Amino acid sequence: MSNAPVDNGRRRFLTAATSVVGGVGVVGVAVPFIGSWNPSARAKAAGAPVEVNVSKIEPGQLVRAEWRGKPVYVVRRTDKTLADLAKHDDQLRDPNSAEPQQPEYAQNAHRSIKPDIMVALGVCTHLGCAPTHHKGDFEQHVAGVTDGFFCPCHGSKFDMAGRVFQGVPAPLNLSVPEHSFPKEDTLLIGVAPGEA
Amino acid sequence: MNNFLAWIEARLPVMEAMNKHVLQYPAPKNFNFWYFFGSLAMLVLVNQILTGIWLTMNYEPSGDGAFASIEYIMRDVDYGWLLRYMHSTGASAFFVVVYLHMFRGLMYGSYQKPRELLWIFGMLIFLVLMAEAFMGYLLPWGNMSYWGAQVIISLFGAVPVVGEDLATWIKGDYVISGATLNRFFALHVVALPLVLVVLVFLHILALHEVGSNNPDGVNIKKPKGSQKPEELSKFKFHKQYADKYDIVDAIPFHPYYTVKDIMGVAGFLIFFCWVMFFFPEGGGYFLEAPNFTPANGLKTPEHIAPVWYFGPFYTILRVVPDKLMGTILMFAAIGVLFALPWCDRGTVKSIRFRSKWHLLNLTQFSICFIALGILGTMPASDIANLIGTIATIGYFGFFLAIWIYSKNENTKPVPERVTK
Repeated sequence: MSNAPVDNGRRRFLTAATSVVGGVGVVGVAVPFIGSWNPSARAKAAGAPVEVNVSKIEPGQLVRAEWRGKPVYVVRRTDKTLADLAKHDDQLRDPNSAEPQQPEYAQNAHRSIKPDIMVALGVCTHLGCAPTHHKGDFEQHVAGVTDGFFCPCHGSKFDMAGRVFQGVPAPLNLSVPEHSFPKEDTLLIGVAPGEA
Repeated sequence: MNNFLAWIEARLPVMEAMNKHVLQYPAPKNFNFWYFFGSLAMLVLVNQILTGIWLTMNYEPSGDGAFASIEYIMRDVDYGWLLRYMHSTGASAFFVVVYLHMFRGLMYGSYQKPRELLWIFGMLIFLVLMAEAFMGYLLPWGNMSYWGAQVIISLFGAVPVVGEDLATWIKGDYVISGATLNRFFALHVVALPLVLVVLVFLHILALHEVGSNNPDGVNIKKPKGSQKPEELSKFKFHKQYADKYDIVDAIPFHPYYTVKDIMGVAGFLIFFCWVMFFFPEGGGYFLEAPNFTPANGLKTPEHIAPVWYFGPFYTILRVVPDKLMGTILMFAAIGVLFALPWCDRGTVKSIRFRSKWHLLNLTQFSICFIALGILGTMPASDIANLIGTIATIGYFGFFLAIWIYSKNENTKPVPERVTK
C-alpha cells in the first residue's frame, strides 16, 4: 500500500473523466438499440408515397387510396359542393382549420391544394373508424347540408372539407396528409409540394 | 430522501447486500491479469441478453421464414447488422473469456477445497453455455446450421436401444425441420438464458461465501485472533467476514476492483469492436461460409466443421472409431472437468508453489486442448486422426496424472501471506 496522501482534486478529475467517457460509451451503445425500432427499409418502402391519377375521378366521386396502410379519401368536389362549404361554418367546431390537422399549404377554406380535389385520411379523429361518404343524402344527419361524411361507429359527422361538426364525439377535423401535384393530373400522397 | 432509503432498507436490505458483496467485500490485493475474465464474462452475458432480445424483435422462428428474416435484419432493419454482429461476435467472445477464466482456475487451483461447489456451478454454466451456443447456431437456418445440428443430434442415435427414437424425439420430426427450429428457439431465448442467469447468480453467491482465491493460493482469511492488530487490513469489511476472520492482504471490491475491471472492459472492448467491425465473420470461424446459403436437407456442405469453440470436443468425438464410444468420450471430456476437485488430491493451490510435474501436466493439457481445438476445425485425415488421438490421451491423461502425483507431491513451501 502506498502511503502517499490522497489528492482529492486529482481523484475528482479522474472520476469525472471516467464517468464522462463511460457515459459517451453508454449513449453510443444505446444508438443501435434505439435506432433499430425505427421503421425498417421494408416498412419505409411499404410506406412510400402513393400516386393517384386524378383525371379519372368524376365530379362528385370518391376514390380510396391506400397510403401507409390507411385509407386516403380523394374526392373531386363539384362547384356546388365548394360553394356550399361556406354555408355551415357556424355548425363546425373548427371552421377555419386552426388546429394543425393539415399542412400549412392546405390551411384554407377548402383544405386542399386544388380547390376541387379533396385529400384526407379516411380515419375518424374519434377512435379511428372509416367514415362513410354520403352524397346527396347527408341531410338525414345534418339539416341543410346535402353532402358529407358520417362515421358509423359513434356518429361523428364531417363536411366535404373533412371539417368536424359540433355535437359529435370526434374532436378534430379529418387529417389532411402531405400531398402534392408533381404533374397536372398526378396526385402524390405523402410528399409535400417542392419536396422529392 | 434518507427517510425513504431507511424505509426501503427496513423492508429490503439493499445497502446491506451492497456492502456485503461490493463495498465491503474483501478481495485479495494481488489479483492479476487473469482475474479480468469473470467480470468480462458477465459483460458478454449482458451483451448477449440485450442483443438477443433485440434480435427476436425481427427474427422469425420458422423453417420458411428464418433465413429470410436474418437477411431482413442484416439489410433492412436500422442497425440490424450491428445488433446481429454484436450477438454473433459475442458468442465467440463468451467462449474466449470463459476458457481463459477456466484456465485461471486451473493455474491457481481455484477448484480445490473449499471451492468445489463454486467450480461445479461454473462447469454447469459452461455446459448450459454450450447448449445455448449449439441451439443458437441452428436459428439462422443456414446450411451449416442445419448440418451441424444434424450431426450433433445424430449423436443421440448412438445410445443403445432407444437411440433412434430419442433422436427423432429431439427433432420432433424425421429430419431437422421447422419443428426442431421452433423448440430450439424457445430453449435458446427463454429457457436456457433463465437457467444461465440463475447459475451465474449461484456462482457468485458461492464465490462470496468461500471468498476469492488468488494467484498465490494463500488464504487471506486467517483464524480469528491469530494476527496482530497491525497486520490486519486497514479497510472496513462487512461484519459477516470481519467478525469471523482476521482479514489480511485484502482490499474492498469497490472501488479497487471495479476500477481494475473497467480497465479490463476497455481493453476487451477495443479487441471486441475490432473483430466486430472488421472481421465479424472471424475468417469463417465465427460465422461459417456455408451458413450464408439457406438450409438444404439434400446437400451437405463439403467440409462440416463446428464453430471453433466446440473444436476440442468434436475432435475427441471424431478420433474414436466407434459411434457410441466417441459420443461417450466426448461427453466424458466435459464430465471429467466436474470431477477435477476430487482428481486433485493436493492441498497446495497455486502453480507457483506446486511441483514441476504439475507445471508439466498443465502445460501438456493446454497444448492438447489447443491442438484438439485446431483439429476440430480441420478436415479429417490420417495424420489429423493420429495427432487427435494423442491429444485426446493427453487431455484425459491430465486428470489421471494429477490424481497420481498430487497425493505425495513435492511442493515448494507456501508463504503465510500473499507475496508482494
